[in-house]
This record gives sequence, structure tokens and C-alpha cells, in this order.
Amino acid sequence: MSRIVVDPVTRIEGHLRIEAEVKDGKIVDAFSAGTMVRGLEVILRGRDPRDAWAFAERVCGVCTTVHALASVRSVEDALGIVIPPNAELIRNLMFCAQYMQDHVVHFYHLHALDWVDVVNALKADPVETSKIAQSLSSWPRSSPNYFKELQKRLTGFVASGQLGIFANGYWGHPAYKLPAEVNLIGVAHYLEALEWQKEIVKVHTIFGGKNPHPNYLVGGAPCSLNLDEANAINAERLAYVGKLLDDAAEFIEKVYLPDLLAIAPYYLEWAGIGGGLSNYLAYGDLPTNGYGDVARFKFPRGAVLDRDLSRIHPVDGKDPQGVQEFVSHSWYDYSKGEVGLHPWDGETNLHYSGPTPPYEFLDVDRKYSWLKTPRWKGHAMEVGPLARLLVAYAAGNPEVKDAVNGALGVLKAPPAALFSTLGRTAARGIESQLVARWAKEFYGQLLTNIKNGETRTFTKEKWDPVTWPAEAKGVGLTEAPRGALAHWIVIKDRKIANYQLVVPSTWNASPRDAGGQRSAYEASLIGTPVHDPKLPLEIIRTIHSFDPCLACAVHLYDDRGDLGTVQTSPNV
Amino acid sequence: MQARGVSRRDFVKFCAWMGAMLGLESSAVADVTKALETKRRLPVIWLHFQECTCCSESFIRASHPLVADILLDKISLDYTETLMAASGEQAEAAKQDTMKKYHGEYLLLVEGSVPTGDDGIYCCIGGRTAKQLLEEAAAGAKAIIAWGNCASAGCVQAAKPNPTAATPIHKLVAGKPVINVQGCPPIAEVMAGVVVHLLAFDRIPQLDALGRPKAFYSRRVHDSCYRRPYYDAGLYVESFDDENAKRGYCLYKMGCRGPTTYNSCGIIKWNNGVSYPIQSGHGCIGCSEAGFWDNSPFYQRLAGFPGFGIETTADQIGMAVGAAAVAGAAAHAVLTNIRKRGEIGRHPGEDEEPGDRPDEGKPQA
Repeated sequence: MSRIVVDPVTRIEGHLRIEAEVKDGKIVDAFSAGTMVRGLEVILRGRDPRDAWAFAERVCGVCTTVHALASVRSVEDALGIVIPPNAELIRNLMFCAQYMQDHVVHFYHLHALDWVDVVNALKADPVETSKIAQSLSSWPRSSPNYFKELQKRLTGFVASGQLGIFANGYWGHPAYKLPAEVNLIGVAHYLEALEWQKEIVKVHTIFGGKNPHPNYLVGGAPCSLNLDEANAINAERLAYVGKLLDDAAEFIEKVYLPDLLAIAPYYLEWAGIGGGLSNYLAYGDLPTNGYGDVARFKFPRGAVLDRDLSRIHPVDGKDPQGVQEFVSHSWYDYSKGEVGLHPWDGETNLHYSGPTPPYEFLDVDRKYSWLKTPRWKGHAMEVGPLARLLVAYAAGNPEVKDAVNGALGVLKAPPAALFSTLGRTAARGIESQLVARWAKEFYGQLLTNIKNGETRTFTKEKWDPVTWPAEAKGVGLTEAPRGALAHWIVIKDRKIANYQLVVPSTWNASPRDAGGQRSAYEASLIGTPVHDPKLPLEIIRTIHSFDPCLACAVHLYDDRGDLGTVQTSPNV
Repeated sequence: MQARGVSRRDFVKFCAWMGAMLGLESSAVADVTKALETKRRLPVIWLHFQECTCCSESFIRASHPLVADILLDKISLDYTETLMAASGEQAEAAKQDTMKKYHGEYLLLVEGSVPTGDDGIYCCIGGRTAKQLLEEAAAGAKAIIAWGNCASAGCVQAAKPNPTAATPIHKLVAGKPVINVQGCPPIAEVMAGVVVHLLAFDRIPQLDALGRPKAFYSRRVHDSCYRRPYYDAGLYVESFDDENAKRGYCLYKMGCRGPTTYNSCGIIKWNNGVSYPIQSGHGCIGCSEAGFWDNSPFYQRLAGFPGFGIETTADQIGMAVGAAAVAGAAAHAVLTNIRKRGEIGRHPGEDEEPGDRPDEGKPQA
């Protein structure tokens, strides 16, 4: 048996370390560790709840916006604020823009190099490449000359000996299966997607002033609608958004999905690898009748257990027995011992007990991560695009069912293929297509509202802290691109008394619980074949299929102000 | 090339061999030769510590130059945890190769702060602390760019009580030029602009007293704000989405930090000039300033800043000018000139910094 260490896992957000035991060419055990912590919940305490979104948004710059959304919802939930319909639509449009950008960047820039051999693309025949590209879609950048010029550029790059971001990649590894021509298409679209992604985020810039980290607002959206004013969201701004949504949908339809469906058939074995857990959780999102009307969310809320798609289990963020966090294998102490705590009642004391750096291995029998271990009613749950689609599928959502069945049909794969590394990656693409479509619906509704004279984007009710109760608790639920995300807030005397986040990568990347039950990453790696233990290609394929986001996942909170061993620096 | 003892003939032969190895058509060999003859791209190492990756995300939003062109033609980004193909040992090996081969020549980019509390165990990569990794990489760097507020000033994790003792790069590195490209994140085109400056002019841009490039951080957002005339005229948003908000009046009373924030948001704007926070209806939160997180609550107006001192003045001016503006533009012009006279003679960002005055830049108590 040999121990493989992958640290840093790159092409993710944040700092993730994987240690895996390999026996007879397969992984028999795996340990996932988050190795960076910042302490944002401690920092949030005592501050104005209306400011929390800005702090919380900085939890992650890759899934920017989602923490701001969860935050403003938690405050609105605590104070009983219902935002105007246009604010909900603007938030939905920002949500959709985030999904499209994030999923495309994940596919091409964070995940594709696990499947696409960049150096092998130099051997492609540009004419043949063009034929294949044109058979896949009507995307115009597909001529033989286009691929020839690209190949020349790439050749010069490789021959320069300075491989930059492609240096020391796993090029030539036998696990790469694509023909050279498909590799060349992959590289072409890697570069095109890099150029494209900077466009769709302009939806955030128009409504929120900047990206990354656009502005949000408790009570609505900060921008105003006024068709007769150059200084507000007017017809020009709206037309800009409309064009961005059209262009994004075109890229997803004509580039992303065709590439996904062209690459997947070469890797169908990965539809039988990396399944891991059999429980899936989604909080749901994209309200069509206000955040309070969960039944009319585009992404439904619920849990699927044991891969039983005939039954949806209801999920309630406020249920004290629902979501709980444990620290048996995390570098924290609980005063009450090995119990699970609902986030409203959470406590945390940072207490590092790992090896002194520099270290070779973590002490995986004891505590080994800055991530806590969340459980839903005791179950380890997978969250993310696959979980969202499975919950929607189980809920009988016809749009989702059609999209999933359509993709499975193209790949000639059974529904069970979804429970895998490949299934996770495919789910992200299928979902992108749905979101691109829904974004246009929301856009149309926004225009209709304005046409009908409805231009409010903010409610002033409860803005003034004088109107707040002495104590209030709230939870803000959303779906980050990577999965179920929630913020819990306790407000006392108009200030934040406790603020807690349980985020997608905490669910997926956390260490095992006291009972030895593995979380999603660790479970998914069991049984994964490893061709060469020195080259972790297969490991990162499965880990990347989750779209890790570690800065989000690692946090701490503390309702008693006891920071344990933490020091503060007087000069910073 | 000659200096390295390789003849042109040998070199072309090498290229042909290389081409054959890569399975290229012979016509492509000429291109390989040309690429190898062009100047080597600047080797760059990008380290990630306590951060949220918003700086990396902002960087890939650059529109001029496009980030693909930067990566393929201008620099050799040999290490970045966000984009590089290799993971684990292979990633570390790529970094070590560059540090060794280009000692003293590579550019070091740092995203994130370094936790110095408890011997640095709050951020470890490859089993080593952020501090160890920074010191190692800084030793052979030609210059260092500290991306964003985290690397420049500690950002959100350094806000009170700074549980991990998050520390900016310039406090940990000595004897190397450190360029603080501020903001949370910095504007994409500003990031690209700083890199282009280094490449095209082969020298560090002029910096302000806080190590920020003057080209992008010498103007207050307030002074370059297109809503400034409303401030001067005393026309303010009183509540989000009120009639004044719908007209795009000044956001000062909504807590805008533009008056104490040095950045190019009002000039370059965001995402290739589309908008910036104030244009989209929200005040500036001051993200390019050190300690801005503790300069909150964000929706509380600043107590005072250069120009018109205390906030009560703003109310009075607001009433007076609001009435005067109805009467005619002359009063507006007079008041604008009064304000401007008060500011002449100061060079923002050079001889005075926000926060130098006891009551300046703090929210109203």
C-alpha cells in the first residue's frame, strides 16, 4: 500500500490537499483536507447586519455573488423583509450570469485539462479538425485555417520551451483518450471561453457596478430603474443585458454542450467511476414568485436518499435536527464534546493539532482539516449540479427531465451513469443550458414589469435599525454553482451576534465524521484506478468534477468570543 | 543565441528535429524557429495564500490585452494554483524549476495575505506555511506585485479582530520592490496595465506613499465621479431607490466612500468600461484602502473629508444649494469653485493620505 499526497490540488479555488491510499492500482482510502482558514464569522460579529453581505461575499471570488445573496436573504429572513419583484428578477439574472460564467470556466479552465491533452493537439490535422467541429455545431470559428493558425501558435508556444500554465502537465498519460483533432478543438475553445467569460459577467457590472464582487443590498437591489434617465437602468442598459444573455446562450448551445457531448463518449468508463455517496441535497433557488414561495423555484428544494429518485425528502434550514456540523476530524474544539450543532447554536474554537510544518503527511486518524463536517439528519450528502438535477428530476420537473434524458440519449447511457465523475461533469453542462434559457425568461419578465409601470427595486421597510426587534434569527438559502449554500444569522441589539456559513465544499470536501462516514470527495475516490501513483491525473479528475471551492468551505464561528489559541497581531 | 555557442544552422536543425518530434508539417517548422528566436517571455510565479481568488478572476477579465494573449505571448506563468495544469509535486516542481533557472529574473505575483499567528499554521500548501513559501519565492524575485487588498493590506481577514494575524506582503519582504495593486479585487485592466508597464518599459511604475501605482491610484473616486456635480449642487440620494436615486444623484448620504478612496473606478470603470459601483446605484465601499472593512458601517455617511468637512455641512449645503439650483446655475458654479479652491495645492495620494486627519474618513459616530 502506498500513500499519495496531492497538495496543492490546482485548478480549484483555495487550498485543498488529498491524501490517498493506493493498493493494486486502485484507491482504497482517501482523506480530504482544507489547509487554509481566515475566520470570517468571528470578524462578522458585532457588525451591522446590512454590511454582512460585503464581508461574506469575500468568502469567495470564484463563486462571487452567491455569498452576498445568501447573506442578504438571511438578514431579510430575520427581519421579515419581502423584496420587490424586480429586485428578485435582478438577483435571478445575476445568479444566472454567475452560473453561466462559472460553469463554462470550470469546464474549460479548471476541468478540461484532465481530459484534453494540449500537447497532443499539435499532431491534429486542421482539415479533419474543422470537419469534426462543423459536424458538432454551427459555431462559426471552425474553418481549417482557423485551426491551422491556432496550431501554429500553439506549436510556437510549446517549442519555446516555456510551457507556462501547461508546464509539467500530464501530457501523454495513457488516461488521455481523445483523438488529436478533438484535443485541438478543446484547446481552441479553452482560449475562446477565456475570452468569452469576461463578457457575461457584465450583467453583474450593469446591475451591481463591478465583477468580481458586485454590490448587493438588504431589501432589494442597489440599482434603480428609470427609462427616462441616463443615470439609471434604462433601455440602453437593458438592451446590453439582453445581448449578453443571448451571446451567452449561444456559446453554451454551440460550444460548451457540443464539446461536452463530443468528449464524453471517449471517457464513458468514467460513468462508472467516482460515484461516491448516494445521498443528494439541494436547497433550490431561482424564485419565480418570490423567495417565500419555495414550491415555485426553478431549482426545487429537497433531498434524495439512497439514489431513490421516486422520493423527495423535505429540507428545512431552520430544523435544529436538520443541518448540523461536527468537528471530530477538524481542527476545532466543541465545549460539549462530540456533538452535532445546528448553525444557529454553533460554537467554534480554532485549535490546530496537526503536524508542525513542514510536514509530509497529516495525522488522518485524528484531526486533519480546517473544514468542519456537516450532516443532514445524520447523512453525508453530496451537493452541486448533479444533486440539483437529481432533486429536480425526482421532483418531476419536466424541463429538467427532458434535458437530462436528452443528454443521456446522445451518450447512449443509462440514468445510473449520472452517479459518477462523468455524471457530475455532464450535469453542469445540462444545467448551464437550462439556466441560459431561464435567464431569458427572467429578462422578459423584468421588461414586462417595467412596461406595466412596476419599477421598484428596493423596499425601505425595516431598513432603519430602529424598527428592528431586539433579537432576530434568519437563514438565507441558495444554490452556489458548486451546490447548496446557506448563511445563518443571529441579530441582537441591531448587531450580528452570530453568523455562520455552511457551504457546498464543506459538504463535499469535509473530513469523515465520528462514525467514520466519509464525505463526498473521500467517498468518490474509493475504487478509482491509478495508473501511476506519481501522477495524480485520475484523482484530480474526480475531485475536479465537484468544482472545489475551498476558501468558502473553511471558516469558523464562535458565539462566545473565545478564540482559543488564536493570537492577534497589534500591527496589522 | 550565438553567445550561448549555438550556430544558426544547428539551431534550425534543432527546430526541425523538434518539429518532427511533435509531428509537424515542415511549414510549421519556420514558425517554431521564429518563436524560439523571439525574446523569452518573462517568467512569472503567482502564489496564493489567504485569498478568495477574486484577483485571479479579475485578471482573467482583462480586455486589453486579452488574458489569453498575456499568457501565450507576453509572460510565462509558470506557477498559479488557479490555472496550471499540473497539481501536487508536478506543480511544485514547475515552481522550483523557475526559481532556480531564473533566479533574480522572475516576477513574483502574490494573491492573499500571510497568516503569521501560531507559526503560520492557518495557511499551509504542500505541507509548508505561506510564510515559508513567500520567503523562498521572494528571495529570487526581481520584483513583487501584491495583488489586491489581501496582499497589500490584509483585506477582510485582517479586519478586527484579525483572528489569524493576516499580514500584507510588504510587511514580510525586505529588499525587493513591492507594487501594491489595490482593490477588492483590483480592476482587471489595471492588473493587466501594471503587467504591461513592467514588460513594455522594463521598470517599476511610479508609486504613491502606499506603494500603489500612481497611474491608477492618484485620484479620489469622488474627484473623478460623474455624479460629482450633484454633490457640488447638494443633490443627494436620501434612500435607495427614492426619486433622487432614480435620477442618479450623489450617494454621499448613503455612505459612499468615494471621498476617501483612491482608485480609477470613475475613470477606467469596470469590466472594460461598462459601469462602476456608483453608476450602478451603490456607494463606493472603499475597497482599495487599507483597513476599509473597519471603516464601517458602510451605509453610515462619512463624518468628514477634505473639501466640506463635517456631514452637517453637507446637509446645510444640500438645503441651500438645492434651493439655489432651482434659481439658476450660477450659484452652483460659485459653490463648485469655492470647493475646488479648497482643494488646490494638494496632491492626493502624495503628501497626504486619507486618515491623516483625525475626523477624516470615519463614519459618523
